[in-house]
Amino acid sequence: MAFVLGYYMPASAEGEFRILTKGAAENLGISLNAFISIDTSGKVTICNHRSEMGQGSWQVVPQMIAEELEVDLNNINIVFAPGDQKKYGSQLTGGSSTVRGAYKHLMRVGATAREMLIAAAAKKWNAARADCYAENGFVIHRPSGKKSGYGELAEEASKTEPPKVVKLKDKQDYKIIRKPLKRQDIPQKINGEAIFGIDKKLPGLLYAVVERNPRFIGKVKSFDGSAAKAVPGVKHVVKVQRAVFAKMQEGVAVVADNIWSAMKGRKALKVEWDDSGFEHLGTEQLYNRMKEDLKKTPLSVRTAGNFKSAFEKAVKKVEAVYETPYESHSCMEPLNCTAWVHDNKCEIWGPVQAPDWTQSDLSQRLNIPVENVTVNMTFLGGGFGRKAFMDYPHEAALISKEINAPVQVIWTREDDMTQGPFRPGGVYECKAGLRNGGSIVAFQAKLASQDMDHQWPDADQDSYNSNTTEGFLEPYFNAIPHYSFGDIPTASPVPVMWWRSVYASTNGYAYESFMDELAHEAGKDPLDFRRMHLDNDRYQSLIDAIEEKTGWKNRGKNEGWGVAITECFKSVVGEVVKVSRKEDGKIKIDKVIAVMDCGWYVNPDIIRQQVEGSIVMALGAATKHEVHFNDGLTVEKNFDTYKMPRISDIPDIEVYIMENDERPGGVGEPGLPPLAPALCNAIFDLTGKRIRKLPFNMEEIQTMKP
Amino acid sequence: MASYTLNINNKKYEIEADPSMPLLWAIRDLAGLTGTKFGCGISQCGACAVHFNGNPVRSCSIPVSAAANQKITTIEGLSTDNSHPIQKAWIEEQVPQCGYCQSGQIMAAAALLKRNANPTDTDIDTAMQGYLCRCGTYPRIRKAIKTAAKMMKA
Repeated sequence: MAFVLGYYMPASAEGEFRILTKGAAENLGISLNAFISIDTSGKVTICNHRSEMGQGSWQVVPQMIAEELEVDLNNINIVFAPGDQKKYGSQLTGGSSTVRGAYKHLMRVGATAREMLIAAAAKKWNAARADCYAENGFVIHRPSGKKSGYGELAEEASKTEPPKVVKLKDKQDYKIIRKPLKRQDIPQKINGEAIFGIDKKLPGLLYAVVERNPRFIGKVKSFDGSAAKAVPGVKHVVKVQRAVFAKMQEGVAVVADNIWSAMKGRKALKVEWDDSGFEHLGTEQLYNRMKEDLKKTPLSVRTAGNFKSAFEKAVKKVEAVYETPYESHSCMEPLNCTAWVHDNKCEIWGPVQAPDWTQSDLSQRLNIPVENVTVNMTFLGGGFGRKAFMDYPHEAALISKEINAPVQVIWTREDDMTQGPFRPGGVYECKAGLRNGGSIVAFQAKLASQDMDHQWPDADQDSYNSNTTEGFLEPYFNAIPHYSFGDIPTASPVPVMWWRSVYASTNGYAYESFMDELAHEAGKDPLDFRRMHLDNDRYQSLIDAIEEKTGWKNRGKNEGWGVAITECFKSVVGEVVKVSRKEDGKIKIDKVIAVMDCGWYVNPDIIRQQVEGSIVMALGAATKHEVHFNDGLTVEKNFDTYKMPRISDIPDIEVYIMENDERPGGVGEPGLPPLAPALCNAIFDLTGKRIRKLPFNMEEIQTMKP
Repeated sequence: MASYTLNINNKKYEIEADPSMPLLWAIRDLAGLTGTKFGCGISQCGACAVHFNGNPVRSCSIPVSAAANQKITTIEGLSTDNSHPIQKAWIEEQVPQCGYCQSGQIMAAAALLKRNANPTDTDIDTAMQGYLCRCGTYPRIRKAIKTAAKMMKA
């Protein structure tokens, strides 16, 4: 538990808890630890150390702390913590890790502060510690009924040695955890008050847009900024870089005293690029290369038994190839970052998913001591993995340093969509052999795709992609005696990275579509077929719930139903899609039913929100949009060609949550992977047509060949 | 550069701006009202929607010169205390996730209910399909518009 190190600051060393975000003038009161401060009126401030991009950390981090601290969540302040891994532990808000990674830790934070407050009250009353308890912001002396508010006790509590061990509540004693409490960030997100990165203002702030190399890694050969500088308001035209994995990507920044002038100036800018020395790929070339790569011997990821001989001897053999597209994150808030570098200091304000990584990255790149680098989080208008990358703060910091002024760099939608990094496309080759009776004796999956990890400096290009099995249900590995998962890293200059649910978002489509094909070949019901290979109570219970919530056994004849179950970031999610024919013969989605098993959880309504949102995003990637390349350039540049789902595209969605005593799993991402395979399996059920390439057009299914 | 008077949320703002500056940037940077968001710049997403003489428009695609002396309402002008039925319904149904597109969604929904007190699913689709939400809050937007319609009748 490395993140515990340096966690509890002795309050005496910290003193008055004045500054959470450097420069903020608020006095939040006395600090009991890194997360909790209390002012003399009793107002409690809880620090959210994770980024809030819609997934609900702003609610669930305080909800967990408040449970043990015994305060009313509706009556506290919530503030963002600055990037500081020593103080807060990992702040990388990715991998659906906030709850599953730190839940006990955060509850201990609350419980520890509560115990310090109780100890302070006992001292004040000269009472026995055991006679005092905390409730709703007060410590109460049980025998006399005396009570004292946290505000009166905070100073004394801050001088108390934090207890080394605290007992956490049992699940049945929770007052607010597991309750659908309304989100604390919503009131400010419906009246324009919430501050996103793009809303940050500073005295003397300048605004920049950057013309970046459209082929990602080309160099600036020359530029002429004279016409740009002639635009009223434009102050500077400077060459700039940003680190994208091992490459320095180049651009020319136009800086003005307002964003519109910067945008106008950029139009007048002339840049000549040196695009030599790397490939200018198109989508077709890229996919042909992946298909060629599938003929190579893959890097072995996970194997058991002897796939080859078991497959040869199998009673039935099934083979299929699946293709998934490149995708853009397309957060509604385009990338932006505000930076001020001066006097060997760097301060950042922005929509960042990893304030701690950004802090250490900028410290190294700018050669500024880490304690002089402050990274302040704003709300994020979407993240989906893209904003966990440090390139845009890096670029903003370099511009600020160069012009010696605070600067806000705003990416236009076109910048955001064309520069990537993108979710990598992939081609999957799946093979399986069945026994008499239909069970799987041999299973092979080969993935040809760019390996995200191979882009980092000094990455071992021969290392296998351990994420090739992501999404595949763990008990399947016990049920299948002979399996082989491997990958072939495809070479390409296109920058790629995490996209909501990462490899599970594409693996899940291939593997769960293939499971459906196997069930069909085995002559089994798709859920019964999965049951046969899941010798595990947790998964059997999930299937029971899927059957119950969907009425699986009572399917109508004129409907197509499809199911898929995937595993992602320690949660297991099953989704059933129901489709039918419209009067014009086209196929429509009638309903999506999701059953989420994320184990221990904090807020059921946020789980429902996240699963609904994941389904909508997955529907887009399955049926609406993809990123193409042509001559090394991104083809889709804005929402007119990258067509994301709209309200009129959305079917009814029902979300159910499993109740059990499993450890917490992720919530923000695991609802995404099952949608595409469940939809394609439903379409097969209705039409007999297998869809093995995403995205596809719902309007064209009736004319597709089976 | 030219001088304009903008009437935003019943308040007058005297500004100096390039006539071609989109109203969006005048609202955000010159009037300092940052609730209206930049999403795409080409009228595709609706994050920048404001009411222009009562109708929802894309402020990214209207030059400030065309907006002078017109009645503009932004998200900040919808109510002073989250008391507009749409805002109350947005809380009731817990609509926003990241929240970035919600100013536009809310302004569009408020305009819809002003002209149609009882919208059907089709009415909602028609009025709201120009407003993108990457978090996928659409099912709740639909529900909240109906909740707000009920509140307004009550």
